[in-house]
Amino acid sequence: MEQLKTIGRELAMGSQGGFGQSKEFLDLVKSIGEARSKAEEDRIVLSEIETLKRRIVEPDIPRRKMKEYIIRLVYVEMLGHDASFGYIHAVKMTHNDNLLLKRTGYLAVTLFLNEDHDLIILIVNTIQKDLKSDNYLIVCAALNVVCKLINEETIPAVLPQVVELLGHSKEAVRKKAIMALHRFYQKSPSSVSHLVSNFRKRLCDNDPGVMGATLCPLFDLITIDVNSYKDLVVSFVSILKQIAERRLPKSYDYHQMPAPFIQIKLLKILALLGSGDKQASEHMYTVVGDIFRKCDSSSNIGNAVLYECISCVSAIYPNAKLLEAAADVIARFLKSDSHNLKYMGIDALGRLIKLSPEVAEQHQLAVIDCLEDPDDTLKRKTFELLYKMTKSSNVEVIVDRMIDYMININDNHYKTEIASRCVELAEQFAPSNHWFIQTMNRVFEHAGDLVKSKVAHNLMRLIAEGFGEEDDTADSQLRSSAVESYLRIIGEPKLPSLFLQVICWVLGEYGTADGKFSASYVTGKLCDVADAYSNDEIVKSYAVTALMKLFVFEIAAGRKVDILPECQSLIEELSASHSTDLQQRVYELQAIIGLDAHAVECILPSDASCEDIEIDKNLSFLNDYVQQSLEKGAQPYIPESERSGMLDISNFQAKISMKLQLMVLVPEPSYHREVQQAATVPSSSDTGSSEVKLRLDGVQKKWGRPTYSSSAASTSNSSSQNTVYEVTPVDGSSNVNSKAREASYDLKKTQVEISPEKQKLAASLFGGTSKSERRASSTGHKVPKGSSHVLKSTAGSTTDVLVEKTTPVQPPPDLLDLGEPTIKDGPSSVDPFKQLEELLDPTQLGSSANPGIVGSTSAPDIMQLYSDKPASGQSGGFMYPSSSNRSDDNLVSGLANATTDSAHNITAAAHPSQFSKGPNLKDSLEKDALVRQMGVTPSSQNPNLFKDLLG
Amino acid sequence: MIKAVMVINTQGKPRLAKFYDFLTVDKQQELIRSVFGVLCSRAENVSNFMEADSIFGPDSRLVYKHYATLYFVFVFDTCENELAVLDLIQVFVETLDKCFRNVCELDIVFNYSKLHTILDEIVFGGQVLETSSAEIMKAVEEISKLEASSNSITLVPKTVSGWRNR
Repeated sequence: MEQLKTIGRELAMGSQGGFGQSKEFLDLVKSIGEARSKAEEDRIVLSEIETLKRRIVEPDIPRRKMKEYIIRLVYVEMLGHDASFGYIHAVKMTHNDNLLLKRTGYLAVTLFLNEDHDLIILIVNTIQKDLKSDNYLIVCAALNVVCKLINEETIPAVLPQVVELLGHSKEAVRKKAIMALHRFYQKSPSSVSHLVSNFRKRLCDNDPGVMGATLCPLFDLITIDVNSYKDLVVSFVSILKQIAERRLPKSYDYHQMPAPFIQIKLLKILALLGSGDKQASEHMYTVVGDIFRKCDSSSNIGNAVLYECISCVSAIYPNAKLLEAAADVIARFLKSDSHNLKYMGIDALGRLIKLSPEVAEQHQLAVIDCLEDPDDTLKRKTFELLYKMTKSSNVEVIVDRMIDYMININDNHYKTEIASRCVELAEQFAPSNHWFIQTMNRVFEHAGDLVKSKVAHNLMRLIAEGFGEEDDTADSQLRSSAVESYLRIIGEPKLPSLFLQVICWVLGEYGTADGKFSASYVTGKLCDVADAYSNDEIVKSYAVTALMKLFVFEIAAGRKVDILPECQSLIEELSASHSTDLQQRVYELQAIIGLDAHAVECILPSDASCEDIEIDKNLSFLNDYVQQSLEKGAQPYIPESERSGMLDISNFQAKISMKLQLMVLVPEPSYHREVQQAATVPSSSDTGSSEVKLRLDGVQKKWGRPTYSSSAASTSNSSSQNTVYEVTPVDGSSNVNSKAREASYDLKKTQVEISPEKQKLAASLFGGTSKSERRASSTGHKVPKGSSHVLKSTAGSTTDVLVEKTTPVQPPPDLLDLGEPTIKDGPSSVDPFKQLEELLDPTQLGSSANPGIVGSTSAPDIMQLYSDKPASGQSGGFMYPSSSNRSDDNLVSGLANATTDSAHNITAAAHPSQFSKGPNLKDSLEKDALVRQMGVTPSSQNPNLFKDLLG
Repeated sequence: MIKAVMVINTQGKPRLAKFYDFLTVDKQQELIRSVFGVLCSRAENVSNFMEADSIFGPDSRLVYKHYATLYFVFVFDTCENELAVLDLIQVFVETLDKCFRNVCELDIVFNYSKLHTILDEIVFGGQVLETSSAEIMKAVEEISKLEASSNSITLVPKTVSGWRNR
């Protein structure tokens, strides 16, 4: 029917001929509309292009026809086809004196060309002429083009005219001239910086429209530099006041609101100017309060202004009365049926929550509703709000929710974002390491390909370092639970690569540590992984190294190594792998399992991945050997500085190959570190053992001929290098810690300021009359309830309340007295976190039932955990300087020639990635400071428990 | 700043596409397609807002309104207010309606240049210029009047090819 109606219109229009479209164009549009497939549409458009190509060059085309051709060109390009053959015709059209054609030409060029297009040069002249035209409509058309097509180079050509137009008699021209100048400022601030004062001047324009237009550039300018515009606060406030009092002409009203768009812009500007400035903010209170009162909340635009008021109030220096008004509006938004208003309400809540956390308290149910809403936009906004509200006490619920949501979305962009948010929150607020690991597992499982590899390394480090100092049993429990869960997960199909890397590493390091699983069981699993993910070389490398560790631990424990047949075949297969890295690892594996218990223990000590390694940079343990060789007539070593010419080149090659060796051929820098950690050797000792002999074999090549090298030698050589060149800068770590302490100290101070408020809130939640107490607690627990999926049951509310009361994971001990008996409900309180509980052993269960203890002990533990992090991060960073130092000694010239070319490429590629470590370190430092802040002040953790969820 | 204005019909055909920062034709098509893909997956009775980071880069938001066979879409950054932009769409459509008396998709298809004239009066260089549909109408009518008169004054046809041969 729609079709019929439109056909009627077509006919009417055809007869009208008002817009001068020919039958041809009509047919084109119609046939495209009826096209069944994209291919058919393309065919139609291509034939249209052919027609236009032919027609457009015909001589003496009537004006109207020519206009239509250009419009058809634009249409064709809008459909995604190339119309560049017609650009020149559009440009020519701009030269025409006829306004219709000129405007059409201008329209076409603004759509076709970009500011750097070659044809622009042909238009600039016309623009200059048109800017001087007597006809203001032509001037406006030219200004429009100026906005789109003038670039930094051509700005000077039109700038004088545009500035002149700021004083044009027509307000429409003045407005557009301001906009054009603003555009110039955006494109090249330096070229118009001397003209910025014009914006201030135009703010006093007689025409409110021009004044309104001036707000756009001023907003940008103020965003960049607030302080230079503080003097305008009074002006802005008085303008806003006049508008709010309806002093503007009626024609500026929109839906009975006085100039709402200008109000919005002004409120945005005031928010910038008043941010953190008490004096400036005080000017604003009255007028913003007025707007709150006067605004019509029934219209869409009225709500837009109200929302802007809230944004403004939450940005400027806080005022209790205004905050109250803002909270009222938010309540109205959230209660509304309109999704748009709910969205704005959630957004506004997120802004206000920093100033008055108790606002969220009133709206918990509304927030939960939004979280359940089918509207994705609203849901995401709500997650953003929750993200802002996360504290150590509600982190479990929120992250749990986020992960549930994350699993079900397909949009990779958003999935990445939410995954990284989960990780961030978990790292910051994790109540226990155990929970952290479980959470990380879930994130990895469902979004492993989207998270950064750094996250995986943090997880590995956490498992390796565990709770820190005294609590060794807890550490090993953590590890065995991790191993157990990984052995279960490992069989699942299609796990993300990064997750598998973590799994392999943990299984290699701790798979047999508690004796629960036999080496052959774990190695079997690892072989399965290497088989199943045969395309993923990194995973295979991890698996091989893990196998090596497991075998070594077996040997070290005096057990016989039992290599499974599938394992044997894997080793054989990989020893012929195309990946040199894999090959090397397998050869290393083979070499190492042939050694005796003492030697392997030195190469791969168990559970030493986090231990510092001391490096003998001078290789003093080689002195004897060097002496011997010299006595036998070997060439003495010439330091790099004393060499020249040809030698320099070979040295360069050696340097490259040296780096290559240290990189262990894997593009990921952190991965490489893992290997180094694994291959820990206490240096310089054990001079007489077989292992050192092996090393000497490798070293021999350094002095030998370039061609002298065997595969066996290279294996041992590289393994020894791996171990020798690791540097752990002790000073570095202590520096980092002290810095972090400083930062956390600052943060702590600010925290102390608000904590009485929080306590008051907690007291108001629990300390009131019995009635209010009940209400508070039942609403207070909606979130945990929702997360455990029992929300549906509204009947039997009394029992619900009972359960709810105890649901929070860590009720503060002093407040417990007020509640129902809690000890009995211990199990039910853990209920929502069944997955968690699975792996907890009795002692840990007990501690989670006694939340007070967890709160106080786990906090410092986490701190400890993160304070160690930057230190080891640093050691990774420091490796590189040391490796290049080493290479000066021309250690592996033997290998140099063989691998120079490829080495060159690889080092070139690998180096930038290595340097990218820098910012990461900074990140972790910041995080460290934050974590300290969270952990150090226990007073902030307990009392505000329920508020934390939504307050 | 407003980044883009689009009008797309319910079959995914673009009826108007204006990007305030230059984009290549292919990129424009890609964006239009992905916007349409998202729009048609949205249910009725949900909000008119969307975060468009994945399509238009960080901090991009999108407001759309569905009228009969057309989606009107505005894409903008954090400097605008979603509800206000929603009203801006309203202004745009109201103006179109006044201009074409009960606007329908075909009016828009056949009056491509007029559509642009109207839009240029509302949004100028990515900034909101005018929000009163009466004012916009006045400006547009003045332009059409002048265009019509310039047509009748110039009697000697000055064609592009004529200009070329000079």
